[in-house]
Amino acid sequence: MKIALGPLLYYWPRQSTLAFYADMADAPVDVVYLGETVCSRRHELRLSDWLEVAEILAATGKEVVLSSQVLVESESDLKTLRRIVANGRFRVEANDMGAVHLLHSGDTPVRDWIAGPTLNIFNPTTLDLFAGLGATRWVAPPEMSREQIRALRDGLGHHMEVEIFAHGRLPLAYSARCFTARHYNLQKDTCEFRCLEFADGIPLKTREGAPFLTLNGIQTQSAQVHTLLGDLPAVCAEGVDILRISPQGANTPEILQLFRQALDGLIPPADALHEALPLLPAEPCNGFWHGRPGVELRLPN
Amino acid sequence: MTSSRPIELVCPAGSLPALKSAIDHGADCVYLGFKDATNARNFSGLNFDDKGMAEGIRYAHDRGRKVLLALNTYPQADNWQRWTGAVDRAAAFGIDAVILADPGLMAYACKTHPGLRLHLSVQGSATSYDAINFYHKHFGISRAVLPRVLSLAQVEQVIASTPVEIEVFGFGGLCVMVEGRCALSAYATGESPNCDGACSPGKHVRWEQTPKGMETRLNGILIDRFADGERAGYPTLCKGRFDVNNETYYAIEEPTSLNTLALLPELARIGVRAIKIEGRQRSPAYVAQVTKVWRAAIDRVLASGQPFRVEAAWMAELNKVSEGQSHTLGAYYRPWK
Repeated sequence: MKIALGPLLYYWPRQSTLAFYADMADAPVDVVYLGETVCSRRHELRLSDWLEVAEILAATGKEVVLSSQVLVESESDLKTLRRIVANGRFRVEANDMGAVHLLHSGDTPVRDWIAGPTLNIFNPTTLDLFAGLGATRWVAPPEMSREQIRALRDGLGHHMEVEIFAHGRLPLAYSARCFTARHYNLQKDTCEFRCLEFADGIPLKTREGAPFLTLNGIQTQSAQVHTLLGDLPAVCAEGVDILRISPQGANTPEILQLFRQALDGLIPPADALHEALPLLPAEPCNGFWHGRPGVELRLPN
Repeated sequence: MTSSRPIELVCPAGSLPALKSAIDHGADCVYLGFKDATNARNFSGLNFDDKGMAEGIRYAHDRGRKVLLALNTYPQADNWQRWTGAVDRAAAFGIDAVILADPGLMAYACKTHPGLRLHLSVQGSATSYDAINFYHKHFGISRAVLPRVLSLAQVEQVIASTPVEIEVFGFGGLCVMVEGRCALSAYATGESPNCDGACSPGKHVRWEQTPKGMETRLNGILIDRFADGERAGYPTLCKGRFDVNNETYYAIEEPTSLNTLALLPELARIGVRAIKIEGRQRSPAYVAQVTKVWRAAIDRVLASGQPFRVEAAWMAELNKVSEGQSHTLGAYYRPWK
C-alpha cells in the first residue's frame, strides 16, 4: 500500500510552503501531488515554482503528480491548464473534464494520467471509459462508501490503481464565490489574500457553537477531519492501492508516519488513531467510508 | 455583426399540472424527471410515472413544444440498470432530448439510441469550452447547461469556442456551489445531489419552536434560528446563518433567487440558445407566473427594433415567488463573487 500526499488545499506563505515540501523529501510518502487546485488568485507559488518543487522531490525518489485546478473559469485558467497538461515530465491529475479533453485530444495524446476525485466517476462503465482515454489511476470521490468502491472495482474491465481520500478535512464543495473574502466584506477580485492567515482554513460553527464546516476561499470543507487510520484493516481488505493524506496546517509528517507504521504492522490501527487525535485540528469523522453521513464517526470494533 | 438568435424558454415541470401550466403560459420546452433517484429533484410527490409522462408528452407535442428528460444524477455499480432503463424508456416515449451528467450513461445512450438528442446537465460541472468540447467529441452532445459560476464575458467566450448550444439559468433557486461539485448534503445527511438526487432532504428536516426562537435542523445540525416575526425559511444547508469568528451571518449565501431578467438582451446578443427556469419542486402557480413574465420578456427582446426595458411589473411578479422575496444576478455580476 502506497501513501500519497494530496495537493495542498490551503494558501500558505511561500516560505512555509517550500519548507513543508522540503520536509516531505524525508517523509514516508510515495506519491506527492503538487499545484494549486483551489483558487487561481493564489500565487505565492506559480507553476514554474511548483515545477521546481516537483524536480526536487522527484530527485529524492518520490513519484510526483501535477494536479489541475478543479473549477476552471477564465481563459487564463485554461492557459495554465494547457501548460500543466503539456509539461512533458510529470503525470497529471485531471480534476475537470477540460483537463481530460486536453490530455486526450492534444497533438500527442497523453496515455498515462490520473482521474481526480472531482471527475464524479461513480460507476465501472464510466471508469472504463476514462481508462480507455488513458487514465491509469482513479481517485475515488470522497463521498463514496466502502461498498460503492468495492462494487466499482469489481466491475472494472481495465486494471487501474485505486486511490482513496484517507485523511484530512473533506473537500466538500466549490463555488464561484469566495467565502473567505465574503467573511471580510471584500470582493473576490480584491480579496487581499486573506487565506494566507489561516493555515487550516476558517472554522464555521452552528449558532449553538458546534463545528460544522471550514471556509477555504472558494472551497468549503468539513470541520471534522476525515480519517481512516482506525479503519486500515478494512481499507487493506478492499485492495485499495494508495491512501491520500491531505496536508494540514501542522503535524502532517507525524500523521504520515502513523499511517506508515500502522500499514507496516508496527502499531495497531486503533492505537495509531488514538495517537493521531491530539495532532488533528478538529475532531475526527469517517462516515463516508461506512456509507453514512460524512460527519459521523464509526469507531473500530 | 452578431445578430440575435431565437432563444428557447425551458421551464420546470415537477407534475402534470405544472407541465400544462408551463405550456399554457408560453414555455418552448419543459423539463421533467421520473419518480426516482435518476434525476436531481428526487422529492416525494414530484415527478412522472409512465402514464403521466405519456400524457405530458402528448400535451406538449400537440402544441408544438418540446419535452426534455432530466437523468442527471450519477448511477453507481449496483443500480446502473435503473439509469440505462430510464434512457430506454425516454427513447421509447419519443422524448425530445435527455439531459445527462454521467459520461458512461452518455456512451450507453449514444450506442443504444443513436438518434436520441443529448444535453449535458449542469450537474456535469462543465465550466469551460474545453470541458464542453470533451462531451461533444465523445458523445455528440447538442447542448450544454452551464453551471451558475461564470461571468457574462466568460459565457460569451464559451459560446464563441464551441459548436455546442449553450443554455443558462435565468431564474429560480440559486445553487451557490458549482453544481455536481457539492457534497455538503451528503456530509450532513448521507444523501447527495450527485447520487441520490437530493439536497437537504425533507425527511432530515426538523422545525422546532424553542425559547430562543424557531429552530431549523438538518439531521440534527442547527441550520438557522428565527426570532418571532422573522420568516423561517427551509433549512437548505448553504442558506443558513452560522458563526464565523464570533460573527453570525449568512456565511455562504442568503435565501435568495437568481434573476437575470435584466441581462436578457446581453444573453441574446452573445448567442445563448436557451434560458432555463429552476423550480421543479415549485407549484403550478409559480411555473405559470414565472413562465408568463419570461415569455413576455423574451418576445420583447426577439421582436426587432424594440428597445428592451425591464418592466417594473415583471420584477414585482418575479419577486413575489422568489426565495426570501429577493433576487441576485449571482456570478454574472462580478462583485457577487
